[in-house]
Amino acid sequence: MSIHVGDAATAPDFQKAAHTLLGNAQLRGNVRRATETIRNKRAIVVSEMPDWEALRTSAQQIKQRVLSNLDGLLEQFEAACTKAGGHVHWARDADEANRIIIGIIQGHHQTEVIKVKTMTSDETRLNVALEAAGITPWETDLADLIIQLGHDKPSHIVVPALHRNKTEIRQIFMDKMGLTELGTRPEDLAAAARNYLRERFLRVGVGFSGANFAVAETGSVCVVESEGNGRMCVTLPRVMITMLGIEKIIPAFDDLEVFLQLLPRSATGERMNPYNSIWTGVTPGDGPQEFHVVLLDNGRTKLLADTESRETLHCIRCAACLNACPVYRQTGGHAYGSIYSGPIGAILTPQLQSMEHSQSLPYASSLCGACYEVCPVKINIPEILIHLRRKIVENGDAPVTEGLGMKIAAFTLGDASRLAGAQKLVQLGHKPLEAIGLPGWSAARDLPAVPKETFRAWWGKRS
Amino acid sequence: MLISLFIACYNDTLFPETGKAVVRVLERLGHTVEFRAAQTCCGQMHYNTGYHPEAVSIMRHFLEVFQGAEVICVPSASCVAMMRDHYPKMAPEAGLINEVNQILPKIFEFTELLTDKLGVTDVGATYPHTVTMHTSCHSLRSLHIGDKPARLLQAVRGLTLIDLPNSDQCCGFGGTFAIKNAEVSAAMLDEKMQAIAATNAEICTAGDNSCLMHIGGGLSRQKAGTRCVHIAEILAGLTRVEA
Repeated sequence: MSIHVGDAATAPDFQKAAHTLLGNAQLRGNVRRATETIRNKRAIVVSEMPDWEALRTSAQQIKQRVLSNLDGLLEQFEAACTKAGGHVHWARDADEANRIIIGIIQGHHQTEVIKVKTMTSDETRLNVALEAAGITPWETDLADLIIQLGHDKPSHIVVPALHRNKTEIRQIFMDKMGLTELGTRPEDLAAAARNYLRERFLRVGVGFSGANFAVAETGSVCVVESEGNGRMCVTLPRVMITMLGIEKIIPAFDDLEVFLQLLPRSATGERMNPYNSIWTGVTPGDGPQEFHVVLLDNGRTKLLADTESRETLHCIRCAACLNACPVYRQTGGHAYGSIYSGPIGAILTPQLQSMEHSQSLPYASSLCGACYEVCPVKINIPEILIHLRRKIVENGDAPVTEGLGMKIAAFTLGDASRLAGAQKLVQLGHKPLEAIGLPGWSAARDLPAVPKETFRAWWGKRS
Repeated sequence: MLISLFIACYNDTLFPETGKAVVRVLERLGHTVEFRAAQTCCGQMHYNTGYHPEAVSIMRHFLEVFQGAEVICVPSASCVAMMRDHYPKMAPEAGLINEVNQILPKIFEFTELLTDKLGVTDVGATYPHTVTMHTSCHSLRSLHIGDKPARLLQAVRGLTLIDLPNSDQCCGFGGTFAIKNAEVSAAMLDEKMQAIAATNAEICTAGDNSCLMHIGGGLSRQKAGTRCVHIAEILAGLTRVEA
């Protein structure tokens, strides 16, 4: 069984995608401004929390407990959700998940679905599958709507249309909503989206969402958002379907206390999300009268088996690592070829696909550590990047020339006299190297001048 | 105090003046410096690129060479970070847990050695220049170096220290990253150079010649007015002698 994360398996290498994106000054400016704004807001609301570090540790420990007892917690969730009137489905991979969802919608003879806050559905390419089955998906999160209408791809985990500015969004709305007139203020754009979406909220009979958390103890599902469109999506339709990765389970309702403090501050720099929707099964006469949960594996249990990198599954998708990352800052999210971009994407996407695809991603980092510093659940991303590079080398997937170079370097560095010999070669070979340049490096940087005498030679003469 | 110098392979080859400056500062403070000639490298490049057996054998060599040393001075924060963060992880499979545990408390990055172990901030240097400081990612996030380098620089006679905007942002070197993702690395460097230019400083310093090689290579290409100098050379009261 080969696991796919969206179109990541066929996406160009990071270097290649980055090359194109680096030439897009508009996009880079948008990304820089947006990430700086969120980063600064985050810094303020984090600094006012005296127990921030304790909260991070607490969240890390809860997630560790979840991952070491995931099977039990999932079954507990299934029992609790079923008891509350929900239906729980288990999906091994993307195709199975899509089949289950399409089956539910077709079972109700519906041809439309309103969607909100779901990255897993990008992972499974649900919209493509829905359209192939004659079902129209409507994205209702404002940013996702912009992406859908613009036939674009998300470039950020929390703010998927962050690479677009106001002018671009206005143009997309006018073209795709068929508007002849539209103001330029943010309020005008929001009003256009509101008119467009509300008609669908009232018309469509099936809602679909992702989940930030699912509580094993109570069988509850939790979605946090800023717009209220999610609230409409999960309350207005008669039938509701929620899909979540199996790692989204938390043991107890009380654990939300920790995560609902960490997530909004890390994600959008807010003290609390404007809308926190938590629901449990169905309530007769109130909200959806039929509720389905699809638990998605799609490579997660395999990832769980690697004890050195399983903490990748701690991720609560806050995207603080994207906003802090100096690499993401230059390229934006599209370079990562996956719905999961930035530092977390660089470790999550290749691992979900059992290291069979996306192998350029673990190298898309200078290992500066800014991601680890801001991660609310303390995922040591630099360490996992190195772990994945090691896997690539061990699997024989690293470039042959690199392997040879590293072997020669290790041999040279194994003994001081061999190193001294190599240093002589560097001194001799430097002028020609300066003339031809070092590939990549020399496009933007000069090589350092090589001194005639090494430190060890100087020391040898001195004593 | 007898201080054993681990120069780091790239300093040895490309930046010998940094090593000479370390010796000069420590001797001026009344200490004795030894250089164990069998030393080579810490293994960071191999480890970070995924070549772990090779990194382990380089670590093994390091541990053998520095066995019995009381204080080890390293003028490279990233090498110290490699040892502190990764040697303990590599030790069990190499059967070297005791050796690693024994040596780690004896290893100091150069500015840490001065402020923490030797307890000095004024090393008696004169350096009549405007200086801005790049805080390398490893010194910032692994060593938690804090204001140690800044305190040392502020005590230098004639030196004016100018804050570097966004000093916590990576310069884009990242070892093999600068080759594998050369264009993104260069874009990161561009931002760093703009920040440096905004300071109008004559000198950009750091505790890592790896960052400085990258930044300096960019500044040299742009024929910018600012030069890169390792902090040890400033504290020795030297300016870099051209090869």
